[in-house]
Amino acid sequence: MLASAPHTSGPRSVGFIMAMVMLALVPGTLLGIQQFGWPALNLLVLTAVIALITEAACLIISGKPVRIAVMDGSAVLTAWLLALSLPPWAPWWIGVVGAVFAIAIGKHLFGGLGQNVFNPAMLARTVLLISFPVEMTSWISPQPLFSAHAPGFMHSLAITAGLNHHLDALSSASLLGHVKTTMSIDGHAPLPAIIAGSFHPLASFMGTTAGSLGETSALLFIAGGLFLIYLRIISWHIPAAMLAAVGLLAWGTHMADPLHFAPPLFHLLNGGLMLGAFFIATDPVTSPVSNKGKLIFGAGCGVIVFIIRQWGGYPEGVAFAVLLMNAATPLIDHYIRPRIFGRTLSGDPLAVAKKGSE
Amino acid sequence: MSTVSLKMAVQSLLRTRGGVHPPECKDTAAMPIQTIPTPTRLYLPLKQHIGASAKPDVVPLQLIRKGQILAHSQGSVSAHVHAPCSGHIADIVEHPAPHPSGLPMPTLEIENDGRDDMDEMPVAKHPHMLEPEDIVARVQAAGIVGLGGATFPSAVKMNLGQRKIVDTLVINGCECEPYLTCDDRLMQERPAAIADGIRIMAQALNIVGVPDVIIAIENNTPAAIAAMREATAGWRHVEVAPVPTQYPMGAEKQLVRFLTGREVPATKLLADVGVLVQNVGTAYAVHQALRDGLPLTHRIITVAGDAVERPGNYEVPIGMRVSDVLAHCGLRVDPARVVMGGPMMGNALSNPNAPVVKGTSGILALSADELKSAAERPCIRCAACVDACPMGLLPVTMATLLKSDKLDEAMGIGLSDCISCAACSYACPSNIPLVHYFNFGKGEFVARREAKRKDEEIRRLIEEHRTRVATVEREKAEAAAKRKAAMEKQKAEKEAA
Repeated sequence: MLASAPHTSGPRSVGFIMAMVMLALVPGTLLGIQQFGWPALNLLVLTAVIALITEAACLIISGKPVRIAVMDGSAVLTAWLLALSLPPWAPWWIGVVGAVFAIAIGKHLFGGLGQNVFNPAMLARTVLLISFPVEMTSWISPQPLFSAHAPGFMHSLAITAGLNHHLDALSSASLLGHVKTTMSIDGHAPLPAIIAGSFHPLASFMGTTAGSLGETSALLFIAGGLFLIYLRIISWHIPAAMLAAVGLLAWGTHMADPLHFAPPLFHLLNGGLMLGAFFIATDPVTSPVSNKGKLIFGAGCGVIVFIIRQWGGYPEGVAFAVLLMNAATPLIDHYIRPRIFGRTLSGDPLAVAKKGSE
Repeated sequence: MSTVSLKMAVQSLLRTRGGVHPPECKDTAAMPIQTIPTPTRLYLPLKQHIGASAKPDVVPLQLIRKGQILAHSQGSVSAHVHAPCSGHIADIVEHPAPHPSGLPMPTLEIENDGRDDMDEMPVAKHPHMLEPEDIVARVQAAGIVGLGGATFPSAVKMNLGQRKIVDTLVINGCECEPYLTCDDRLMQERPAAIADGIRIMAQALNIVGVPDVIIAIENNTPAAIAAMREATAGWRHVEVAPVPTQYPMGAEKQLVRFLTGREVPATKLLADVGVLVQNVGTAYAVHQALRDGLPLTHRIITVAGDAVERPGNYEVPIGMRVSDVLAHCGLRVDPARVVMGGPMMGNALSNPNAPVVKGTSGILALSADELKSAAERPCIRCAACVDACPMGLLPVTMATLLKSDKLDEAMGIGLSDCISCAACSYACPSNIPLVHYFNFGKGEFVARREAKRKDEEIRRLIEEHRTRVATVEREKAEAAAKRKAAMEKQKAEKEAA
């Protein structure tokens, strides 16, 4: 039998990469579950199970090997990222519809693993947000596990089943939402006052604020992201460019007009920016392959996030920003390529230096 | 951090791109070179080098002496083939070649008489003081080719020094392939001989002045570094430079870029930027030829892999069958794959009767565990291949284009610059045989270009033929017309008369 070089291969596998990304998500997720209690865990598990079932069904329908593909963890990771972007007390069908959409339409309709143009989790989240705006924007203030107001496990099942309609007492806007709503009311207080009254950098940093699971702890998602950079599973280019873009835009606008523009720290620590920058925009399938391309992609995500947050109709825009830049990825990959050894950027051979002329 | 390693770190950062770090598996680095006795039969392919095949000077049953030239180089790029033993030519046959296809090629089959009757080459008293052309001629006479694996005829390479201004001679002691330790052992055991060969090669480049010599050795072989430093201590123009252990550090263009900062332009030669690179094994062969009168008939190879009973470094006659080498070293288990060369760029042998040739640096008998072969999975565009590529290419994109038969587009984004180092395949978490696609693509491109050239040639010939036929017809017609006119004129004259 003929065999071609190399006669060995590296230690990495697709399954290992997925497993490490999930490992990096564990701390932030655990804190989120601790903050929002059993309903958050129910939703996460349900979404993952439905995603796995959908994955298997799609593989069977398309006649691909099932076992190896289900075992690689990519479907669970997609579901996990989706669940992190949902309101933690959302009813069961939000998770089910999201998981089925993400896997069947977002991934397998494009041809399966590696073929999708858009990030499946963000695609599903966006579809849910547009289709079910009420459920998708019903946030609750954190109810830490085993605290006085936290629902018990049985109660949590009722919440996930959508039978509990008395959440109003616990509901709370996310910070980005709160600021956006307040600013849209005529005769509102000046922005610095609104922020001073609601934004506590340490709380946002540690993760004790209202929002989705993935919008809580900036600290733990940064830590997870740095872990992935250390393992070289993601490169620093996309997160750095995305955070720098948001930070610089916020800083510049805030310096120019502090009455209408929030300070950079407010933008960086709130919402899903950290999760987005380290875990979602870095999805290899839907982001550019070259480092320069990644910088452009990341910066583009950051700019769009800022624009949506500042001037858009939604308080948060990470999902939209990532999807828009996903659409630009083939274009970026076509035009942005690394310089080839011995050639100029445009692909012509380098000029011969004077040394060694004939 | 010492200043040397700090310098190395900065150089790495600025001057190297890509690369991978496969497990070294260099246990044989501690094993001294042993000699394998010459077997009764040797198989010497006429083409063991880049360029044209050598042309046999001998006929079957002819008696031969050790060191005798059996086949002469033909054309401008070629190399002689010498007899590694005395005896007679048993036959000139088609024998399996050390190539993945295992297809046979013309080979001299030699019967060893075990007497080692020797023809030595004439030796100059002070080889390192000869004229450059004289050194090159002697290197050519000894049939020396690049022993790092590329097997480019050394004399042809050294001749470049006469035509281009070469100010730097790089001696490549970077054995970046896993498993292989033959160069390392050679440097540890015979540094003085290598140093002498280097001195002679530097003299061959002494056209407008002695070139600077950089002996580059990976920093995972400190014993070799120390030995070469000692052997060249006090020499002017000679520097032993430790380089980072990384694959493919030993690739010429990458090594020169790291050492000198010079980047050879695409489609150009290293000599165009003033550098020649020679392998340490080649330096040793030059020493043996010019100092001891020994042509290139033996070489040192690493025999390794989990399936080998007695792995190590062995000095073997060129032409010895791989099966004979493995029989000498013993097999613990049936190997899953036998590879000639290193695991990254070596050839899998489909026929173990293929012989050791001049470019053979190692024979690996690998177990299934070592191969780590796994099922191919879909590409997730993780860009591990992009990060691994030492040439700055986009393997992921090139492979996608090749899969949809967009060969010209793949060439357009750098397929022609691929050095087939296989770092991309190694790094791929989906086990996609990227370099296999690229080798296929490059071969296909040459084949298509050749087919197109043939097409055009045929078209040209047909066109020429048509013009020729037309010309002949026209000339015939003109002649006939002339004859007719003459006849009519004659007739008219006759009638008039």
